[in-house]
Amino acid sequence: MSLDKIKKYLRLDKFPHIWCPGCGNGIVLQSVVNAIDKLNLDQNKVAVVSGIGCSSRSAGYLDFNTLHTTHGRAIAFATGIKLAKPELTVIVLTGDGDCSAIGGNHLIHAARRNIDLTVVVFNNNIYGMTGGQYSPTTYLDDKAATANVGNIENPFDLCELVKGAGATYIARSTTFHATHLPLLVMKGIQNKGFSFIDAVTACPIYYGRMNKLVDAVEMLRLQRDNARNIKQWSTMSDEEKKGKFVIGELFNKPAMEYTERYRQLIMKEKSEEDLKYYRENEESESKSEEE
Amino acid sequence: MIFPFSNNIKEVKFLQGNQACTEAAIAVGCRFFAGYPITPSTEIAEEMSKKLPKIGGTFIQMEDEISSLAAVIGASICGVKSLTATSGPGFSLKQEHIGYAYLTEIPCVIVNVQRGGPSTGLPTHPAQSDIMQSKWGIHGDYTPIVLCPTSVKEYYDLTIKAFNLSEKFRTPVILLPDEIVAHMREKVEIPKRIKIITRKKNSLPPGNNFRPYAVNSDDGVPAIPDFGEGYRFNITGLIHDETGFPTTSAEITKRLLLRLRKKIESGYGEIRGIEINIPRNSQVAVLSFGASFRSAAKAAKDSNAGTVKLTTIFPFPEKEIRELAHKVKTIIVVEMNLGQIVHEVERAACGSAKVIGINIADGQLISPEIILEKINQCR
Repeated sequence: MSLDKIKKYLRLDKFPHIWCPGCGNGIVLQSVVNAIDKLNLDQNKVAVVSGIGCSSRSAGYLDFNTLHTTHGRAIAFATGIKLAKPELTVIVLTGDGDCSAIGGNHLIHAARRNIDLTVVVFNNNIYGMTGGQYSPTTYLDDKAATANVGNIENPFDLCELVKGAGATYIARSTTFHATHLPLLVMKGIQNKGFSFIDAVTACPIYYGRMNKLVDAVEMLRLQRDNARNIKQWSTMSDEEKKGKFVIGELFNKPAMEYTERYRQLIMKEKSEEDLKYYRENEESESKSEEE
Repeated sequence: MIFPFSNNIKEVKFLQGNQACTEAAIAVGCRFFAGYPITPSTEIAEEMSKKLPKIGGTFIQMEDEISSLAAVIGASICGVKSLTATSGPGFSLKQEHIGYAYLTEIPCVIVNVQRGGPSTGLPTHPAQSDIMQSKWGIHGDYTPIVLCPTSVKEYYDLTIKAFNLSEKFRTPVILLPDEIVAHMREKVEIPKRIKIITRKKNSLPPGNNFRPYAVNSDDGVPAIPDFGEGYRFNITGLIHDETGFPTTSAEITKRLLLRLRKKIESGYGEIRGIEINIPRNSQVAVLSFGASFRSAAKAAKDSNAGTVKLTTIFPFPEKEIRELAHKVKTIIVVEMNLGQIVHEVERAACGSAKVIGINIADGQLISPEIILEKINQCR
């Protein structure tokens, strides 16, 4: 990222960041910034909403309207913001545990409504901030602080999950593919509807250490070796797909967006009589101080 | 019959309590509602879903109780007066976000129509058992504003008061009707003119040194701008400094928590809601709130006892009760629970008067006869 962009989009006085050496979160953050820059969005008209966890600290480093919410609920807060001010571009930065465990309900329902949010998941397959417990995307048999002999739960494929729920733009890439990821985020923001970007990132300190993955570079190498682009993926057998995952634009089917549909409802329902009835009150003793 | 229309009556309506709440909310400027269906508060959601689109407001039925309050806070961050309504189990689920709105100083109103508990309890029967939950429900130190109506008209008036206090002090306000007041129908005189308070605006220009949580006035309330106005600041549920960014500084933590308490304590004059009516020579006062006050008032009338009605439950009227305890020998506290406000009254009375509780939790309104019997025993 150029120095100009760093100065423009990051709150430099909030650095150093809290992330560990080798963490991939900075690469995901950079992708979001690059996507916004490419689209030349007005910073005053962008709201970045995050939940709780390592990923969610990223909102505070960005120079937009930023909201650091409660664990799992970022999408619900973002829904209120988007409905109240549809003119804002609303981006949700979240983690795999934040959005698919404690916040799973909000994820699927926001997708179902097709509300215009762009959700970027920093998917490191673990709860990093609390010290490496297994998450809904931890692979079977992998170790975690609460899966000492190996995880016995099946992981979510988050992209398939939101596809079933009704998201209209779905893509996945990794922190190794650092020039690919921003393009997908950009297209997600451009989609007028619910967009979901699964950003595969590495947690070398917990995931790497507990699963004997040597270091951060080794984990990036694994991302490179195991990712298959969508074209290739479609020709692979189930046997070949084992241990591999697909990247690229997985789904792109624009549909009527929720706040637009609500606007149309208002146009249909609007009643001059009701407006007049309540306007009488508004003209009464209204008080708004300035400070 | 000549109806005594005063100059400030727009219309007289026959309304259900929950309906009156929605009428008042819209009159005072509420333009966003998010909620989840739950008995006995659902009429509020149903009414708002009908009314809001007609005036360009927004209604959304969220996927659960937790997200309802999250969406309300999100909308309020954009400057829109926002409401949610719930009951019993839903109120338990909302506690985390009540704490969030309190710490981040985002105005919002939460209606909790009280039904029988604990757990799923008695969904269609009244109770007044969420009094202490509204004070202590959230984790961490908290100074709540809690209002409780005894009639449909009062439900209307207190909804307006709830929004005004919420905007003025930038804090969540809890409105705590019971199922009886929420579901009964009474005459409501809809006022023409009402007092509407809207959160104060920040007059400082945006810029790198802008501090959204800086307090520049005696009231202790920061003038936090709305999202999208060009200020580009941060809001977090972590302990934060005046810039809105997290800190673990002991000094800043202490200062923030004390300011949040003090802004409400020092605004008590405006928040206060207590009506004391002690006939001469009366040595007994009956204190109550919500629907049970109606029974208490009947019993007191029949026995020439005094009445104390609380419409603001928290901050608790300590000083008023302490003074009352010097005037009467006995204070009878009537509430549909196993003993909640009675302990607050005991603490405030400080031994100056005898405090007796009539505490019944059986899903039924406490009858005037039970109260009358107790009053006579105290004579």
